[in-house]
Parts: sequence; C-alpha cells; structure tokens
Amino acid sequence: MFTDVGLNHYLVVSGILFGLGLFALISRKNAILILMGIELILNACNINLIAFARYKANPIDGQVMAIFVIILAVCEAAIALAIIINIYKNFSTVDVDEVNTLRE
Amino acid sequence: MELIFKLSILILLLPLLSFVILIFFGKRIPRKGDWLANFLLFLNLALSFVVLALFLGEKKPLSFEFNWFTIGSFNISAGILIDSVSAIMLVVVNIVSSFVHLFSVKYMENDAKYSIYFAYLGLFTFSMLGIVLTNTILLMYVFWELVGLSSYLLIGFWYENKPPQEAAKKAFIVNRIGDVGFLTGIMILFFTLQTFNFSEIFNGVASGQLSGAWLTAAGILLFCGAVGKSAQFPLHVWLPDAMEGPTPVSALIHAATMVAAGVYMVSRIFIMLSADALTVIAYVGAVTAFISASIALTQNDIKRVLAYSTISQLGYMIMALGVGAMSYAMFHLVTHAFFKACLFLAAGSVIIGLHHVQDIREMGGLKKKMPLTYWTFLIATLALSGIPFTSGFLSKDSILSATMAFYHINGGVHIIIPVIAFLVAGMTAFYMFRLVIKTFLGEPRNTHAYEHCKESPVVMTLPLIVLSVLSFFAFYSLNPLDASGGWILSVMKTPESLLKGTQGLFSHIIEKIEYDEIVHHFHYTAMIISLIMAGTGILIAYLFYYWKKVNVGALVSRFKPVYNFLYNKWYFDELYGFAVVGLTLAVSRISKWFDNNIIDGIVNGSAYLTKKISGISGSFDKYFIDGLVNFCGFFVGAFGFIFKKFQTGKIQTYLTFLIIGIILLYLIFRTF
Repeated sequence: MFTDVGLNHYLVVSGILFGLGLFALISRKNAILILMGIELILNACNINLIAFARYKANPIDGQVMAIFVIILAVCEAAIALAIIINIYKNFSTVDVDEVNTLRE
Repeated sequence: MELIFKLSILILLLPLLSFVILIFFGKRIPRKGDWLANFLLFLNLALSFVVLALFLGEKKPLSFEFNWFTIGSFNISAGILIDSVSAIMLVVVNIVSSFVHLFSVKYMENDAKYSIYFAYLGLFTFSMLGIVLTNTILLMYVFWELVGLSSYLLIGFWYENKPPQEAAKKAFIVNRIGDVGFLTGIMILFFTLQTFNFSEIFNGVASGQLSGAWLTAAGILLFCGAVGKSAQFPLHVWLPDAMEGPTPVSALIHAATMVAAGVYMVSRIFIMLSADALTVIAYVGAVTAFISASIALTQNDIKRVLAYSTISQLGYMIMALGVGAMSYAMFHLVTHAFFKACLFLAAGSVIIGLHHVQDIREMGGLKKKMPLTYWTFLIATLALSGIPFTSGFLSKDSILSATMAFYHINGGVHIIIPVIAFLVAGMTAFYMFRLVIKTFLGEPRNTHAYEHCKESPVVMTLPLIVLSVLSFFAFYSLNPLDASGGWILSVMKTPESLLKGTQGLFSHIIEKIEYDEIVHHFHYTAMIISLIMAGTGILIAYLFYYWKKVNVGALVSRFKPVYNFLYNKWYFDELYGFAVVGLTLAVSRISKWFDNNIIDGIVNGSAYLTKKISGISGSFDKYFIDGLVNFCGFFVGAFGFIFKKFQTGKIQTYLTFLIIGIILLYLIFRTF
C-alpha cells in the first residue's frame, strides 16, 4: 500500500507542516517557539522541494536546493538564537509582546 | 509788455511779498520786519504815483491780458485794466495802506503777533489791489473773497477775546450772504455771454445779448455783493462790530479797502446797469445813509460813531451810483478814504493816549493834551461835514446836486432821495461835532485818564498830518466851491450807459450831455441847502454839548422811545438775532430731528438689516461650512480611530493580516 504514495501525499504532509509552522509563528509568544515555527515552515518547504524534484524534475536539483535550505536554516537559527540571547540579556524575557521598546 | 503793466504787476505783488516774508520769517527779522513792510508799501505808493502819471500821459484805458487757463475749449483769461478809476484807486489804496502801516508801528508795538499783523495788512492790501487792477469779473471775485478772508483775520486779530471772534465771524458770514448774490450775478453773465472779461461783457450787453429782466436781475445780484462788502442796508450790521479789530485796521477797512471794494465794483459794472437796477441801488444807498446816520447820533463809542458815519457815507456813494453819477461816487470814495482814514487814525491816537478808553463820555478837554490829534481830527471832521474849502465839501456837494437832478428828471416820489441826502448831511455835521466837542473840548470828565494822557509820537501823528492835509480842496480842484473843473473829475468821467431805448438810465429820457447840464444847474442850489443843513447840524451840536443851552438829558428822557430805538441801532441785531438766527436755529432743529429720526433711522435700519444678514451668513458659515470641514476631520479621525487598531506593533498580528490578505487575494483571483 505504501507504493501508492504519490506526490499529493508529500504535499499534504508539507502543507500540514507549513500550517503548524504558521500557527506556531502566529500564536506563540515565546521567541524560541516562533523560531521553531520558522524551522517547521522551512522543513515543509524542503519536503516540497524534494517531492517536486522526485516526481516532476531532476531529483538532484531538488536535493541540492534542500541542502541549501538546511544550511540556511542552520545559519538562521544560529543568528536568531544569538539575537534571542541578546534580547534576553536586555529584557530578561523572550516574550515578543514584551519587547516593544521600538514601538514606544 | 509796456512799462505801465510791469509796474502794475509789481504794485500788486509787493504787498504779497511783504505778506509771504513776514508770515514765514517775520519773527527772525530784526524789529520783526515792520521796516520791511513799511518799505515795501511806501515803494508801492511811489510806484502807484508813477502808474498814475503814466496813465495821465496816455489818458485812455489800457488793458493787458493773457490766457490764464483753459477748460475744454474754453479759455479763461486774466489781466490788468488801467483806466482813470483804477489808476486813481491804486494811489488811494496805497496812500491809506502805507500810512496805516506807518501808524501801526507805534499802535501795535509790544503786541505778541506784531509780525503776523503786518503780514495780514500786506495780504489785505494785496487783495484790494487785485480787485482794483483786474479786468475780469472772475478774478475780481477771487480777490473779493481774499479781501473777505483778510478782513476776517484782521477783525479777529485779538481772537483771544470773545468779542473779536464774534465780530470776525459776523463780518465773514454777513459778507458771504452778499457774495452769494454776487456769484449768482456772475453766473448769469457767464451763461448768457460766455465770458468773464469786462470789456467782452460790455460788448455783449451793448449788442443786446443780455437784456430786459435778466439784465436787471444780473445788475441787482452783482450789487448784492456790494451790499455785503460796502455794508449797505440790510447787511450793514457787520461793520460796527468790526471795530473790535485794531484801530488802524478799522481805518484801512473803512477808508480804502474793504468797504470801497463794493462801491468800486458797482462803478466797474455801472454802464451795464439798467434803470430799474439803478433805482434799487439808489434807494438802498439812501436808506442806508439815513439809518446809519440816525444811529450815529446816539452812540457813545468813538469808533462806533465813526463806523456808522462810514456806513452813512457809503450809502451816499451807493446812492450817487444809483442816481447815475458814477464819477461823483468815486470822487467821494477818494476824498472819504483820506478823511475817514484820518479820523480813524486820530481816534486810534486818542485811544492810545487814554490807554484804551473808547467811550466819549470818559473823554473831554483833550485839545490841550493832544493838539496835533485835535487839529487833524477837526480838519477831517470839517471835510466829513461838508464845509467849504475841504475835499468832502466838493464831493458831497456833487452828489447832492446829482440827487436833485435825479428828482428833477424822474419827479414824483423820487423826492425822497434828495430829501434824505440833505437830511443826512445835517445829521452828519451834528454827530461829528458832537464827537469833536465831547472828545476834545470842554472839561475832562475822567481826570485820571486825562492826566496820564499825552500826545502820540511822530510815527502816529505824521500819517494824521498827511491825511488831514489831503482833506483840503486843492488836491482835487483849484476851485474850492466847484469840483467839476478839477483834474480828478475831468479825468474820471461818468461813462455813457450801454443801454439804449427804454433800459438805459439817461437815454430813455435825455441825452448824457443834457443830464450833465441839469446836474450842473443844481450845483449852487445843492451847495446852499447843504451848507444850511451842515451849519444847522453844527449849531445844534454846539447848543447841546458845548454851550449846553439845551438840556440833553431832559430831551432824551422826553423822547425816550426814539432815543432807545436809535441807541439800540434800530434793533437790527435783535431783529436778525430773532429772524435770521432764530429761523436758522429752528430750521437746524428740524434738520436735527430729521437727521436723528429719518436719516439715522435709515442708517440704523440698514445697519440692523446688515447685522441680520451677516448673522444668517454667519450661522451658515458656522453650521454648514464649518460642519463640512469638521465632518471631514471627524471622518478622517474616525477612520484613523478604526485603523489605528490594526497598527498594534506586534509582528504576529501583522502576519495574521498578511495571511488573511493572501487568502482573500487567492479567493478573489482564483477565478482567473
């Protein structure tokens, strides 16, 4: 039955992942959780890239792009975590609603 | 331009120069500039003699004119006319004016406005010379008003006090009444003949362009101006009050300038006056002469007696013009100018001597203290009374014979004219000798003033001497009893009237030559009657006041109503006060009511209406326009209030909207 797995299944999984990521992005107050939402979105994107590459084009291209995305996500996570640590140092919190100095 | 015109213009402008210099720089010049005014005026006097000599060499009227200004296509010219009358008047005005200047040096000394006084005298002389010299009636009117102005300034010279203010205003306003007539007369001339020039006016009248009732009306209206200026009945009331001015000014006004202007003007237009106009003029003159002589009988102020005598003599001159004897009128004007100036200046000398006492009841016995003043005053009085060997006798006698001729020609009710003329001659002699006796003869009544009195200095007595010498016959005619052969009357002849047929004075009854013969025929009769009248007047005066044979007090109380009537000047001031002033006040009260209720009502109504309209437009502005503006603001505000909610500053909210937006866009564009 697993042989019946096609492109649509991947897309549904990636869509659910994207939706969860988006939900985390919107609903979470904690900056780390928001970062995790972003990671989910990026991974949903990776699934899409590999799935499209596997079924519609040259698979290597999609895998290369996915590796780029993973590297990008690592870099982004490193930078984002550095920022979050700095925010924490300044505000003693990582709640994004509390970090509103620019707004005022 | 001939020399005579150059000199005439110089004569006209020198007093003006004196005025301009003294009014602007008078206080900075040494002695406040009196020497300058005197120098200019005596220079003027010399020049006017030259002009007279030049004229006597030519013996024909000379005129010079230039285009003054142009209105549209109409040219208005100005110019100078020198004929026998103006040449002689020039000399008379300058003699009197220059000696008045000299006299004023002492009389006005220590006055705060010394230089301004001399400036005004210059302006006055300038204006009078303008009247004398001009050849257009328009320019004459201009100078006429200038005379009015300068007399106003001089009569009101001591304007710190109430009476001079009132007198100046009265003189000015009463003159204005006459001037309205004068101006209307000029308008009639202008609208019928389209010219202001005397010679062109006379041409027009001679050719019949202006005739009949209009001509008579024009003549009488022009004469109205003379009624005002020469103080004729019923506008004579200003002149006695003009005594409030400085005494030398009174001399100037009453002798040679202001009052002479009226007589001079009538003599200028004499040849175009119709018989009716002349009759009116004769009667106005006669009535004036009689009324003022009767008032003069009872007055106690030395200057007031002289003022009424001036009015009376002016009445004589106007009467002479009215009966057709223009040259006699002008002759009397000349002689009168000298002896009246002399009388006034002598009165000024007395007033200074007594330290400003003017009431003759306070005087008496001044002959011993002021011999020069007395003798000059006496000579002038004799001239005014018409005693032989004086100038006054010659001129008055001529006028009297002319009035008799007038009665002889016209007959009937016109006998009033000669009767009044002779009566006035007697009255004049009486009141003048009353003045002499009360002032100079008898015992001093106010011993305090008498003891401090002394003869005036030479600058005051010199003009008196010169003017009294000019009151002798020899300067006018070598025959002391008849002036008709003298130089002045042979130079200054009555011109023939322009009007032929029924309008002219002479031609409708007789020829001019015949008229002259009739006048001459009555000469001796007139002389005898006038001598009797004058002698009687003088005799009565001596009986009353010198020998005291008649108790004057008893006489006065017996005829109390008559005396009061005369003493109060026929109640003219009261009559005018009641009729004219009262009427004016009544009219002004009605006008005021009209103004307050009708005009102000209209004004207030329109203001109320404006207020209402502006109220409406204000509320429109407030509620509609402002509402619109406010609504815009409110709308934007409300819009902002709603959309402000979206701008939370929270990245997650934005993200939510972003996603909603993308979904919406997807839903919208899905179909494409």
